[in-house]
Amino acid sequence: MKINKIILSFISAVAILLSTSVVSLAKVVGDKIVLGAAISLTGKYSSNGVHTQNGYNMAVDRINSMGGVKVGGKTYKFEIIYYDDESNPKRAAQLAERLISQDGVEFMLGPYSSGLTKAIAPVTEKYGVPMVEANGASRSLFTKGYKYLFAVLAPANLYLDVAIRTAVELNGGKGVRIAQAFEQDAFSQDVRLGILDAAKETGSEIIIDDKLPKELNDMAATLVKVKQMKPDVLVVSGHTKGALTAIRQIAEMKVDVPMLAMTHCDAAKLSKQHGKNSQYALCASQWHKTLTYKDNFFKDGMTYAADFQKEFGYDPPYQSAESSAALLVFKDAFERANSFDQKKVRDALAATNMQTFYGNIKFAPGGQNVDKPMVLFQVMCDGAGKCENKVVAPLKWASAKLIHPIPKWSDR
Amino acid sequence: MDFMVFQYPMITIQACLDGILLGVLFALIAYGMALQWGVMNIINIAQGDLVILGGYIAYFMYLFGIHPAWGVIVSPFIMYFVGIGIYKLVINKVVDRDLFISILATFGISILFMQLMNFAFGADVVLANSGYGTTFLFDSNVVLPNSKIFSAVVSIVFAICLVIYMKKSKLGRAIRATAQNARAAKILGVDTEKVYAATFGINAALCGVAGALISITFTIHPYMGLPYTIRSFMIVIVAGLGNLPGVALSGMGLGVFEEFADYLLGTEFRIGSVFLLLVLILVYRRFKLSRKREYLK
Repeated sequence: MKINKIILSFISAVAILLSTSVVSLAKVVGDKIVLGAAISLTGKYSSNGVHTQNGYNMAVDRINSMGGVKVGGKTYKFEIIYYDDESNPKRAAQLAERLISQDGVEFMLGPYSSGLTKAIAPVTEKYGVPMVEANGASRSLFTKGYKYLFAVLAPANLYLDVAIRTAVELNGGKGVRIAQAFEQDAFSQDVRLGILDAAKETGSEIIIDDKLPKELNDMAATLVKVKQMKPDVLVVSGHTKGALTAIRQIAEMKVDVPMLAMTHCDAAKLSKQHGKNSQYALCASQWHKTLTYKDNFFKDGMTYAADFQKEFGYDPPYQSAESSAALLVFKDAFERANSFDQKKVRDALAATNMQTFYGNIKFAPGGQNVDKPMVLFQVMCDGAGKCENKVVAPLKWASAKLIHPIPKWSDR
Repeated sequence: MDFMVFQYPMITIQACLDGILLGVLFALIAYGMALQWGVMNIINIAQGDLVILGGYIAYFMYLFGIHPAWGVIVSPFIMYFVGIGIYKLVINKVVDRDLFISILATFGISILFMQLMNFAFGADVVLANSGYGTTFLFDSNVVLPNSKIFSAVVSIVFAICLVIYMKKSKLGRAIRATAQNARAAKILGVDTEKVYAATFGINAALCGVAGALISITFTIHPYMGLPYTIRSFMIVIVAGLGNLPGVALSGMGLGVFEEFADYLLGTEFRIGSVFLLLVLILVYRRFKLSRKREYLK
């Protein structure tokens, strides 16, 4: 019993020692600005977690090698402390606490996914730690009155808004009949709310409104209804699983629908996994490499894509691009604030108005980026079956003309 | 409530056929579960994860340019040895303990498998394309993907082969003897240890077949195993152990039930309705059991 007590007190003494010594390691030390991030390196979000981390790392290296961050006449370099949140919101919140109260981090980068960002935001808010996040698009993040949360991406409700408006425009301004199937998670349900708004404004009618459970990998029932009721637009959002399942079953069941709009096509590697069957699908994307936004660090989308490819060996998904943009925003804010005071940096972030290779960035009071529209690309295949994503809307950036209506399966 | 299914009679036919094709596949997984439950008295929570692992084997063959349908042959072969491995490492230590211990152990295996698959294959949702095309019935009002028909046919073939094997072969007889009375079988010279290992291997092999079929018809993902465990558990509960026609029937029944729940209640209640059914059946069984007990008193 006594020995146990001794061991216990020894361990706690060491723990206290360690925790105090760690504090002095972090924040802004010497010429380093230490940022903290909880990222899903394992668990179900791990592939997108890695895309996020690669995006962060790429920007850190680039900014550091191009002169770093200049504050008060001195040059600083970025450094990031990563923890693995195991794709688990509870763990993410714990890690945020740990980053802030133990590691002494004063500025945070966001995790991957809306759910995890939602778990972390109350913590960063409590400690007044500015967080720039690049992968939480859920509308509910921006309606809670958070003061220290800034998102470089467009909110979820705008993801497929463009698709409905385009369909209405092609229908001569008259409302269209919409069939929709959304997974029951925060993000997809926000996309759904966006569609409801767009439908209301354009006088469109929603004739099928299915909710897909998380475990589902069969949406044949929804598609049978679509076959019978023949809507003008079919909208599907259920992360990568939803996109893959939809394309597989639409092709197998030969469902003809004039317009098919989805999310997560590039994360699902649709054109690679499904080839020609994915042709004509319209996909919402935060970013595409052919967009012509510019900045001093990555030049433009095409250069970013090429550099990213060289470093990590794959084409950057938008999750990486937006993560890189988050670092550019931080750098800009630090330099304008000319200080490491959290309040001043927060105010500088709120006043951000800049262009990056990823798009324009300007935050609304809620923290969402209001200056960057979503783009819509369409999967287009050539005769040999090689498929590519081409931007078709908004027209300003279109690199190809939208193919509408989708040819019938019997004519393909 | 959506009564479309009654307004369009073709949808009813579609739902029934979809349900039956799906149910046959469930039944195959459930049969494996019933087999090892009956023989070893172990409820295998990792059943669904074995299925998913089998699916990944077919998927990797597909990545290397081999048609995924061959996975139906290769996957059970590999999975048999995976099953034997799991038995030797873990299951043989819990086989005579009470049910709770074995549930805990297989629960642990399930978590381990999920994480290992996630680590090894990544968290992406993947699928293997068979390119089998589609069958149209009733003036193309009813559509059946050939991949689903293929998976149902393969499931039936495997089930029949297994039944014959259990009836005719020496090992099959030993397995049945052990299931009836392990002690008596042991006294009469059956190496029950070997029988247990083989049973677990056969179960894993059946999961391998089902997994390969799922990679062709649906999608696979490291964390997608649990719904398959639940479904097979339910089918076994309804059908009882060692009752193959019962397993097949309740599998198909569950498939059709799921499809109709989807049309009538909405897709969001599809899996929920399966859980609800499970609770109802358990309550009903309990009720029946208690009546029997009273009678015995």
